[in-house]
Amino acid sequence: MMRFLLLFSRQGKIRLQKWFLPLGEREKKKIIRDMTTMVLARKPRTCNFLHWKDLKIVYKRYASLYFCCGLEEEDNELLALEVLHRYVELLDKYFGNVCELDIIFNFEKAYFILDEFLMGGEVQETSKQSIAKSIEASDMLQETMEEYMSKPAF
Amino acid sequence: MAPSVCLQEMIRVIRSARTQGEERGVIQRECAAIRAQFRQADSGGRSHNLAKLLYVHMLGYPAHFGQMECVRMIASPRYSEKRIGYLGAMMLLDEKQDASLLITNSIKNDLSHSSQYIQSLALCTLACMGSAEMCRDLAPEIERLLKASNSYIKKKAALCAVHIVRKIPELGELFTPSAHSLLSDKNHGVLHGAVVLITELCERNPGNLDEFRKAVPELVQIMKGLVTSGYSPEHNVAGISDPFLQVRVLRLLRILGRNNDEASDAMNDLLAQVATNTDSSKTAGSAVLYETVLTIMDIKSESGLRVLAVNILGRFLLNNDRNIRYISMTSLQKIVQTDHTAVQRHRGTIVDCLKDQDASVKRRALELSLALVSAANIRSMMKELLRFLSTCPPELRSHATSGIFNAAERYAPSQRWHIDTILHVLITAGGDVRDETVPNLIQLISVASELHCYTVHKLYRALISDISQQSLVQVACWCIGEYGDLLLKGDCDEIEPMQVTEDDVLDVLETILQSHMSSPTSRGFALTAIMKLSTRITNNIDRIRSVVSIYGSCIDVELQQRAVEYNALFKKYDHMRYLIMSSHTIMGFNSVTCLCVFSAPNVTVYEKGGVNLKLQCDNQTETAITVTFTASNSTQSDITSFTLQAAVPKSVQLQMKAPSGDVIPAQGRGTVTQTILLNNPNKASLKMRVRLSYTSQGTLCQDMVQIDSFPSPAWN
Repeated sequence: MMRFLLLFSRQGKIRLQKWFLPLGEREKKKIIRDMTTMVLARKPRTCNFLHWKDLKIVYKRYASLYFCCGLEEEDNELLALEVLHRYVELLDKYFGNVCELDIIFNFEKAYFILDEFLMGGEVQETSKQSIAKSIEASDMLQETMEEYMSKPAF
Repeated sequence: MAPSVCLQEMIRVIRSARTQGEERGVIQRECAAIRAQFRQADSGGRSHNLAKLLYVHMLGYPAHFGQMECVRMIASPRYSEKRIGYLGAMMLLDEKQDASLLITNSIKNDLSHSSQYIQSLALCTLACMGSAEMCRDLAPEIERLLKASNSYIKKKAALCAVHIVRKIPELGELFTPSAHSLLSDKNHGVLHGAVVLITELCERNPGNLDEFRKAVPELVQIMKGLVTSGYSPEHNVAGISDPFLQVRVLRLLRILGRNNDEASDAMNDLLAQVATNTDSSKTAGSAVLYETVLTIMDIKSESGLRVLAVNILGRFLLNNDRNIRYISMTSLQKIVQTDHTAVQRHRGTIVDCLKDQDASVKRRALELSLALVSAANIRSMMKELLRFLSTCPPELRSHATSGIFNAAERYAPSQRWHIDTILHVLITAGGDVRDETVPNLIQLISVASELHCYTVHKLYRALISDISQQSLVQVACWCIGEYGDLLLKGDCDEIEPMQVTEDDVLDVLETILQSHMSSPTSRGFALTAIMKLSTRITNNIDRIRSVVSIYGSCIDVELQQRAVEYNALFKKYDHMRYLIMSSHTIMGFNSVTCLCVFSAPNVTVYEKGGVNLKLQCDNQTETAITVTFTASNSTQSDITSFTLQAAVPKSVQLQMKAPSGDVIPAQGRGTVTQTILLNNPNKASLKMRVRLSYTSQGTLCQDMVQIDSFPSPAWN
C-alpha cells in the first residue's frame, strides 16, 4: 500500500498531504521535512526512485509541484509513477490546465478528487471517466443543497 | 460549482503576508474569528469556516480546536457540511484522538444513507482513519455492503474491508466468502478492490491460501481478457488495458503460486503470454512486465520461463529510461544468488551502468557488480571496479572499498596482484577505507614477504605526495617502520629506483606526527614507525631520540604514553630495544608469526639458512624454569659471533647464563648452548622473544623468533 502522498512546491511548501497510516503530528512533520529535503536535492535526469528507511519513495515533478509518495517493499514503483500521473490527469481535467495556484486555492477539491481515486493507500477506480463522473455528481449535490439553503423560505 | 469565496479571500491575504511574523498575525486573527463562528453555530458559513481552518492546519499551525466542529459537521444533514466535516476528520482526527470515537455513530448511519455519495464519504473516512474499535463495530456493515449495492459502493467497501483486515486480521474470515464472489463482477473498480482484498487476506492469514488458490483459473481468465482485448478507451493507458488491474492480478498470482506446483502450472502459459506480448515502450507496459518478471521468479516456473524473465531484465538494462534500468538492477540483485549463471550473461551491461550519471543507478550497479565477481572474471572486473572508484560519488566510496577488498581477498590470482590492488585502493580512496580493514591489510602485506620491498617503496611514494588519507597513512607508516631498511637500500626490481635518505623518511614521519590532518591513530602509527627505525638506521638515532622525548609531553594521552615507553627503551632498556623493535613485532596492532611449542621436550624453534636452534625446558620448581637453547650449523663454513638475546613478559625475571661459546662449527660438527633461568612468581602465561645474531660467510644475519607456549604442565 501507499503510506503517504505529498505535494510540495520547489520551495518546500506543502500543498497537499494524505496519510494512509496513523502517525503523530511530529512524525508527519519529520517525514515532510525529510521528503522535501531529499527530493529537492535530486538533480535533473536522475531516476524517480529513492530509498528512505524501509520505504521506496517515488516522486515526479510536474511544473512547479513535486508529487511524492512512499511505498512498501512489495509495491510496484513503475506503477506508482502511473498512479501519480493519473492523479495529475484527473486534476487537469477538473481544473482545466491545472497549475499550482488551482491546488492552493481549491485544496479541498484536490482532496475530494484524491479520495475518489485512492483509498486506504490503494487504487480505488481505474477508469478516468468514472472518477470524473462521480466528482461531477458530488459537486452537483453540493450545489443543489447550497442553492436550496440560500433560497428564501417562501 | 460555486467557489468558497471567504476561504479564497483568506488564502489570498495569508499569501500576501511579507514576513513569517505577518503571516502569524493574520493566522491568529483568522483563527480567533473561526473560533468565534464555531461557537455561534451559524448556519450559512460553517463549511467555509472549517475549510479555512483546514488550510491553516496545512500551513503547519495548530488546529485541534476544530476537532469537535468536524464531529458536528459530520452529523449535519447537509451534504456540503458532511463533505468538509469528513475531510476535516481525516485531516485532524486520527485513532489516537478521543474525538474520533464520537464519529462512529455518524459513520454507521451514513453507511446506510440513501445517497451513495454520502455512503462513499463514510466508507472513505473509515478506510482512512478507522481505529480498531471502530472497525470492529462497523465490520458487519461493510460486509453487507460488499454483497448488496452497486459497483460504486462495492469497490469502496472492498478497500474498506482491506483496512479492517489490516487493523484486525481475525475479522478477515468475515470477508472471505464475499471476496471470492466479487471476482465475477465485470466492473474494473470492483475487480481491483476484490484482488486487493484477496491479496490482503492471503498475506494476513496463510490459511486462506488453499481456499483462494481455487480462484487461480478465474484470475488467469481475467488477465487473458485484459491482455487480448482490443482497445478499450475507458481503461487504456499507452496501449495497455488497465495496467493497474493487471499488476495487482499478477501480484496475487505470485502469492498463490509460491511454493505450489499446481497453481504455478496453471499460470505458466499466461505468464509466458504476458511476458512476450506486452509492449514495454512506455512505463505502463514496463510496470506490467516488471510485475510479471517478479512473479515468474518467485513461483515454481519452468526453467524456460525463468530464462525469459531474466532476459527481460537484461533488455530493461539497455532501456533509455533510467527508471527502468534501476528497476532491472534491483530485480537482478534479488535473483543474483539463485540464478547466478543467468545474471552473469548480462555482466557487461551491468558494469556499463557503473558509468551512469544517476547516483541511484550507480549504487545498484556497484552492488550487482560485487555480487557477480568470481574467480573467472576477477581480473577484468577489478579493472572496472578500480576505474569506478576514481569517479565514485562520495557516499558510495567506503562501500566500494570494502567490496573491493573482499573480492580481492577471495579471488586474488596472485599475491603481487593482491598487493597492487590494495595499494591502488589506498592511493585512490584511502580516506574512505574503513578503519577496521587496516589491521587486515597489514596482515596481508606482511605475509607477502617477497613483495615487502616493492610495497614499502610504493607506499612511501604515495605518502610523500599525500598524507591526508588516514588508512593510507597508517598502512604506509607501519610498512616504513617494518621494512625501512629495504626502503633505504634504494633499489627494487619492479619500480624506478629512488634515492631515499634517512632524513627523508624521518621528515615524512614527523610531518605526519605534526599535521592537523592526522588522526590520533595515525600519529600513533607514525611514532611507532619512527621508533622502529631506530633499529634500522645508523645516522639519526639522536634525531629519533629527541622526537620521542618531545612527545613524552604530548597532550594526546595515548601518544604520550607510547612516547614515554619508547623513551624508557632508549634509556633503561637499550639492550632490549633491538629485540622489541625488530621484525615481526607486536605493538598492539600488528600481527606476528609465532611458533607454538608442544609436548616434545627438545624441540626445534628455529631453522633457517643452515642454522638450527633447539629448545629444552626443565622445571626446577613451579615458578622457576630453566631453558636451554642449542644452536647447530649445517652450512659449509663456521658461524661466528653467534649471540642470543631474550625478552619475556614484565612479571617474569630472566637471568642469562654465559653461553658455551660464540662459534658454531660447520657441518654439524659442534653446537653452542645458552642457558636462561626464568623466575615466574605470578605464574603468568609464559612467552619469550629470542633474537639471534651471527655472522655467516662474512654476512651479518639477524632474526627473531617468538615462542608462545612452553612444554610445561605447570603453566598450562
